[in-house]
Amino acid sequence: MIQLFTRDIGLAVRSGGGFGLALIFFLIVVVLIPFALGPDQSTLALVAPGVLWLGALLACLLSLDRIFGLDYEDGSLDLLATSPLPLESVYIAKAAAHWLTTGLPLALAAPLLGILLNLSFESGKVLCFSLLLGTPALSLIGAFGATLTLGVKRGGLLLSLLVLPLYVPTLIFGAQAVHSASLGQTFDIPLVLILAISLGAAAILPFASGVALRVNLR
Amino acid sequence: MIPDLGKYAVEVMGAYGMSFLALVLVCFVYIRRSRSVKRALIAAEAGKGA
Amino acid sequence: MNSTSTTKRLWDAFWQLANPKVFMGWSGRWLPWLVGLTVLFLASGLIWGFFFTPDDMRQGSTVKIIYLHVPAALIAINGYLLMFVGSLVWLIRRQHVSVLAAKAAAPVGMTMTLIALGTGAIWGQPMWGTYWVWDPRLTSFLILFLFYAGYIALWAAIDDDDTAADLTSILALVGLVFALLSRYAVLFWNQGLHQGTTVTFVDGAKQENISNVFFKPLLLSMVGFGLLFLTLLLIGTRSELRARRLKVLEARERMQ
Repeated sequence: MIQLFTRDIGLAVRSGGGFGLALIFFLIVVVLIPFALGPDQSTLALVAPGVLWLGALLACLLSLDRIFGLDYEDGSLDLLATSPLPLESVYIAKAAAHWLTTGLPLALAAPLLGILLNLSFESGKVLCFSLLLGTPALSLIGAFGATLTLGVKRGGLLLSLLVLPLYVPTLIFGAQAVHSASLGQTFDIPLVLILAISLGAAAILPFASGVALRVNLR
Repeated sequence: MIPDLGKYAVEVMGAYGMSFLALVLVCFVYIRRSRSVKRALIAAEAGKGA
Repeated sequence: MNSTSTTKRLWDAFWQLANPKVFMGWSGRWLPWLVGLTVLFLASGLIWGFFFTPDDMRQGSTVKIIYLHVPAALIAINGYLLMFVGSLVWLIRRQHVSVLAAKAAAPVGMTMTLIALGTGAIWGQPMWGTYWVWDPRLTSFLILFLFYAGYIALWAAIDDDDTAADLTSILALVGLVFALLSRYAVLFWNQGLHQGTTVTFVDGAKQENISNVFFKPLLLSMVGFGLLFLTLLLIGTRSELRARRLKVLEARERMQ
């Protein structure tokens, strides 16, 4: 399982692997927002928590079909299925690799991009922390969605549709945590809830994804 | 015949109209599918029997 | 213990419906009655509610929207619950009637969600001055709509029927967990922004409607909507079962 994990990371980081794609997209979103909403500092500061969380979420969404898609197309997924490694572990390894190459960089980059939106330093810390807790959920949920749409040609749009409502709670709590922090209020409840979602996803989604993978590889 | 809906006439009529349309539409879709599938099945079974 | 209880007999009789032939026979016999009852309850509820109820002091005639909004919302949620149960039964027992009932329920459920959303927004407009408010209930229904759309889209996207049944069932199961989670999240989110807001006016309207004047037509309408859902569910499941049989026949012909 560790080997699969490192292999996927290696694939993602190599050129053409889409490693920087999420970060660049995140940057684009954040840069475009002031153009769309006007440069007024207080407005930007107000929307910054939500926009940054949304940007990270959308950036995550972009790379989801790569998680299984490439291996499915060239048959390596079938090979993995015949290996002694259970499909649930395949899912976990791939979701973890996705997080490490997408979620984690986004979480670390977010406070820096927050500067563009007049996000305070304190809020930036909470933003980073909330994303660190929440992006695992996004990777897990996204990978689950990817197992469902595995056999669908050009299923990227369908994948987004399926995953979107599942992302909503994480987004709500994440943006709320940062928003509360920017207002100087307590933000521990949303953070705990995000953690709960990530843990809950890690608990149930491997089984659901395992079944879905088995179904698709029949 | 229609009761005096006062100043909210547009809203209420709008809501009822929209709901009515949606319900009729969904019934239409279900019934049309039912009929076409039934026809196709009867045809297939007749062809099979022949 | 030599006589089986009525509940057990009803339970066993219900599970007979898992057999497609039994289901087609039973649904075929009851459908005309269902249609009649549906029309009866829907018409009486809505006509009574629309024509013969007074206006509300605060909301004026918009209170009449309740006869559409509440039943639709009820069915929207119950529709999803039925999809959940149907999916669960499919994954455990692989009974086609079950999963095809879930599949057939989805479009009605989605329509009901839209009606709930539309009537909710229209109802809210005079009170709140805007067509859309991120009210917890309305927002939950928007998420529910997305769930329905995803479920239907997934069914449509997969060619093999049994694979589609499996995957959509998994989606429905996971979806329910997240739907419940979303409900809580949205409540939290909305309250978090407006600390101490009174209950949404939909709830307020419900609380006001303890008087029979409003309640009886509402009850009739709810039953009517429920029967409509059941009627369309049966029609839809019959179509799906027939479609499946059609596919089998066509496949056999191609092989000959």
